[in-house]
Amino acid sequence: MARKIGGVIVDLQNISLRFGGVKALTDISFDVKEHEIRSIIGPNGAGKSSMLNVINGVYHPQEGQIFFKGALRKKLEPHEAAEQGIARTFQNIALFKGMTVLDNIMTGRNLKMKCNFLQHALYWGAAQKEEIAHRIKVEEVIEFLEIQSIRKTPVGRLPYGLQKRVELARALAAEPHILLLDEPMAGMNVEEKQDMCRFILDVNDHYGTTIVLIEHDMGVVMDISDRVVVLDYGKKIGDGEPEEVKNNPEVIKAYLGTSH
Amino acid sequence: MLYREAGQFKASYAEDAQIFPIRQDRIGFWLLMLVFGVAVPFLASEYWLKAILIPVLIFSLAALGLNILTGYAGQLSLGSAAFMAVGAFAAYNFILRIEGMPFLVALVLAGLTAAAVGILFGLPSLRIKGFYLAVATLAAQFFIVWALVKFPWFSNNSSSGVVTAQDVTILGYTFATPEAKYVLTFLIVAFMALLAKNMVRSSTGRAWMAVRDMDVAAQVIGFRLMRTKLLAFAVSSFYCGVAGALYAYTYIGTVEPEGFNLDLSFKILFMIIIGGVGSIMGSFLGAAFIVLLPIFLDNFVPMIFGDSLGAGFVSNFQLIIFGGLIIFFLIVEPHGLARLWQIAKEKLRLWPFPH
Repeated sequence: MARKIGGVIVDLQNISLRFGGVKALTDISFDVKEHEIRSIIGPNGAGKSSMLNVINGVYHPQEGQIFFKGALRKKLEPHEAAEQGIARTFQNIALFKGMTVLDNIMTGRNLKMKCNFLQHALYWGAAQKEEIAHRIKVEEVIEFLEIQSIRKTPVGRLPYGLQKRVELARALAAEPHILLLDEPMAGMNVEEKQDMCRFILDVNDHYGTTIVLIEHDMGVVMDISDRVVVLDYGKKIGDGEPEEVKNNPEVIKAYLGTSH
Repeated sequence: MLYREAGQFKASYAEDAQIFPIRQDRIGFWLLMLVFGVAVPFLASEYWLKAILIPVLIFSLAALGLNILTGYAGQLSLGSAAFMAVGAFAAYNFILRIEGMPFLVALVLAGLTAAAVGILFGLPSLRIKGFYLAVATLAAQFFIVWALVKFPWFSNNSSSGVVTAQDVTILGYTFATPEAKYVLTFLIVAFMALLAKNMVRSSTGRAWMAVRDMDVAAQVIGFRLMRTKLLAFAVSSFYCGVAGALYAYTYIGTVEPEGFNLDLSFKILFMIIIGGVGSIMGSFLGAAFIVLLPIFLDNFVPMIFGDSLGAGFVSNFQLIIFGGLIIFFLIVEPHGLARLWQIAKEKLRLWPFPH
């Protein structure tokens, strides 16, 4: 494999997140290394999506520290996380339904576009050049994910599997360092899952993007992850390479229950 | 058959990103511009220019302003008429109080004043959405009209609150005839429509639509909600403000604050609902429809039913038709006339052969 796993890029230390009296996450620590595929698994309601929301600034944990690229990260807003190179997809597709596939993916490049609205209004010189330069980048992503034929289609008309792929394209268009994928394969058939796995591995391999993945399909998780962290009821119950996690008695207990 | 794209290949992204990528559309558009920009001023009667064409253009501009805010950025507003009032009174005061103020500069300043007021009343949109925001903009509607009446300074201490627009003079030429006023209005509206189209097809417009469709995802992808929403309020109010100034200077001639009441705001809202929410062309279609419908009913209802119904009935009948149409469009085609036009074009690709 071409990619080489590097140093720690995100280090989460003793994260606790509460919503009023509900403890969503309790004292969770784990790290993500550069270029790896890091999976977060756990039963429903374990706090996996909350974990992603903490990483990209949608939720602010009450306790704990986040080190990003070695530096302590202050409380930040989602758009600041985006500026630092964190992109994500959502569990329930969060595409812009009224826009075409192309426009949706173009939104992924907004942070790299420097023209202001007055230049856009005139659509002359710099604004037009910028638009076309970014269109070229977007077309690369479109080609990479094999969605050329639907680029002018409004996303609302697409089937579920393709919408998931467009959402991945939008996140990739931002050229992120870290890609957070929240159940990218939920509700897909085997073939679509295979395609999605291939794309995730290709992204990881080709762009060297670090990937944090939430997924329920254990076959997929064990196959493509470098390391897996297991959450249950907001607590970390396992962490390590797939083989290790698979044989962890705590994890087996959480998933299968124990005999009494 | 006549309308099809087969054989029209684009060799560059610039060509692909044109406003009208299909040749037939381009030809149609320029024909339309020639007809309305050159032929109409020579051919149309004074009544048509003053009572129909100029108001259609001005309301199109106001509808375009509201469409930017509501149709593209998804922020419901019931204050468009108030922003028009700000524009009208700002233009009046700039021209009145500053010696030698050129009309076009006054128009831009009027728009900017409306934009500033728009930003102020757009601040609640950072915390509230939908119906609740509509109610907040309703406050703008009532407050602005109240303030314009309350402080006579705005209307230069006119006892009735009515102000008379000064002559429109650009570079020594006074736009006095309806033809001249029409051409001026046409040029301004066409230019601003082009600017709006350019904004909505580039990153600014994508930011607005992203916030409209899914604000959390927009934020996560890097758009700043505050900046995006307030920009939509500013640009929208700018358009409404310029429309208000044109309303005073090239259409009515004398305006009072009460003329920009809630009824007018609703009328503009109906224009975008009927014309097409989130469509530049829809703003024009909707404005034309709503300006023309009463004239049509005025002329044709007595023609069909005779005078027996009385004028009172006819005006009530208008309201009934209006209400009925709004409900019809909301149920059957929420994207309005613009969408119907799009469907017609898709059908025309095959017509007259079914395959």
